Amino acid sequence: MTPSRAVDAFARRHRYSPLEALPWLAAFAAYFVFPDYLALSAQILATILFALSADLVLGYAGIVTLGHAAFFGTGAYTAGILAAHGWGEPITGLLAGALAAALLGFLSGLVVLRTTGLALLMQTLVVATMVTEAANKASFITGGDDGMQGMEVWPIFGRLRFDMFGHAGYFYCLTVVFLCWLLARHIVHSPFGRSLTGIRENVPRMHAIGAPVAQRRLTIYTISAALAGISGALIAQTTQFVSLSSLSLERSGTVLIMLIIGGVGRLYGAFIGVPLYMIAQDRFSAAEPVYWYFWIGLLMVFVVVFARGGVLGLFDRFRR
Amino acid sequence: MNTPALETRGLHKSFGALTVANAVEFRLDRGARHALIGPNGAGKTTFVNLVTGALRPSAGQICLDGADITHLPQAARVRRGLVRTFQITALFRRLTVLENVTLAVCEREGLGRELLRPAGRHRAAIEEAFALLEQLGLADEALRPVTALAYGRQRLLEIAIALGLLPKVLLLDEPAAGVPSGESGMIIDVIDSLPPDIALLIIEHDMDLVFRLAQRITVLVQGSVLVEGPPEAIAADARVRQVYLGERRST
Repeated sequence: MTPSRAVDAFARRHRYSPLEALPWLAAFAAYFVFPDYLALSAQILATILFALSADLVLGYAGIVTLGHAAFFGTGAYTAGILAAHGWGEPITGLLAGALAAALLGFLSGLVVLRTTGLALLMQTLVVATMVTEAANKASFITGGDDGMQGMEVWPIFGRLRFDMFGHAGYFYCLTVVFLCWLLARHIVHSPFGRSLTGIRENVPRMHAIGAPVAQRRLTIYTISAALAGISGALIAQTTQFVSLSSLSLERSGTVLIMLIIGGVGRLYGAFIGVPLYMIAQDRFSAAEPVYWYFWIGLLMVFVVVFARGGVLGLFDRFRR
Repeated sequence: MNTPALETRGLHKSFGALTVANAVEFRLDRGARHALIGPNGAGKTTFVNLVTGALRPSAGQICLDGADITHLPQAARVRRGLVRTFQITALFRRLTVLENVTLAVCEREGLGRELLRPAGRHRAAIEEAFALLEQLGLADEALRPVTALAYGRQRLLEIAIALGLLPKVLLLDEPAAGVPSGESGMIIDVIDSLPPDIALLIIEHDMDLVFRLAQRITVLVQGSVLVEGPPEAIAADARVRQVYLGERRST
């Protein structure tokens, strides 16, 4: 093998492939094919971003978490509080949500990332619970159990109004999620992203090649928190409502389920798992309002038993 | 210049009542070919962990090239050229052979912080990694995942990763551990042909390997240095025979 051939093969893996356009074409097509489901579609898009942010920490850096909703909810409440108190400009609202979530990610990461495995899992859960309780106590500003209402989101760029049919909201979500995906993809394929994969694969070895492991983990945790915050802010702005459930353990757990269904550590697992889960949830809950979780559970059992690596893992198996 | 490449003074480590390193005075000369031997549980790997910073010593001092590194974190020691390999192969198993070495080269170059440019653009780093694989005879397997490599060749990859960090001092923790005897020659040849300016410390059980490569040998027993000297003296030393070599090298 010649050096240039090896280098080319190496570089090729980081180039864009035409397949990567598929989710975006599908998202674009969904606007025309399902015009009655724009609200759900926008939620799916925003949740894809949330799952993507979880994939960055779980799938790439190997940081297990049961508290990612803390960042999602912080973003949602930040955008919500701004919009309910006279600042409804959506894009700065998103950025504020990202910043608040990133700050929480950085500060909590300083503490919780000192551990790994089960201890880390518990600590992320504790952080999320603490944030939930804080939001519950601060009902004068968050609305507590009743949720936060009275948000007034201004038109995008002062022109595009968030209408009741969700046209503007859909393209707003699509654009934001696309930009965030672009960032995540760059990160994953950068030397920094590869070093995260190294940390996931073998921590002692990363220490031995002189990588500042703790610093790398904190960096990606903060970035991931920011993206989760944007996702929460997106949903808050498009639904004009924020409730305590945006911080809940259920949300932290659900995003993991969606990610596992799609495939962890692949960047595209979110694009498959989230729509699958959310559409199934929408259908099941319409047909079976009480027992729909049973069917979700059954789906999970099938994935775990027959499709380790999620749907994308299945594709891989057939390709071989 | 007479500053040793690596030196420990009164290095001490205990876990509760168990002392695993006891006042270890050790000196590794520049460009040395030095072996550290000792029976199981003598504290050889603990010594490596102390020197590289994976463990904190209870007392004592570690100097690299005359500079005190006792309190430096592991990563900082690596950047100063203190590099180790692992007794139990510690590779990025799901990555390709080439990527394993490239990660090391990238860290050495400080590229690991770079967030936005794709890894494939750093051609110089990849080419350097590939050249190392060529040097160790692993080039044909560069694009295969580590799991597809025979065990002996995984041991070579351990060394390739270490070389990617441009070591001044290289600690080889049982480089031939677990390798079938027929293949250990390949590893001996590679170690033998390492650049002479790298100071080598070989921690080994395999006496053939030790006596073929080492110019000096330190014998560690129960966390203390029993004796240090050239191979002939060690082979002839009665205490060493008694605790470690048995009658194997009496001929």
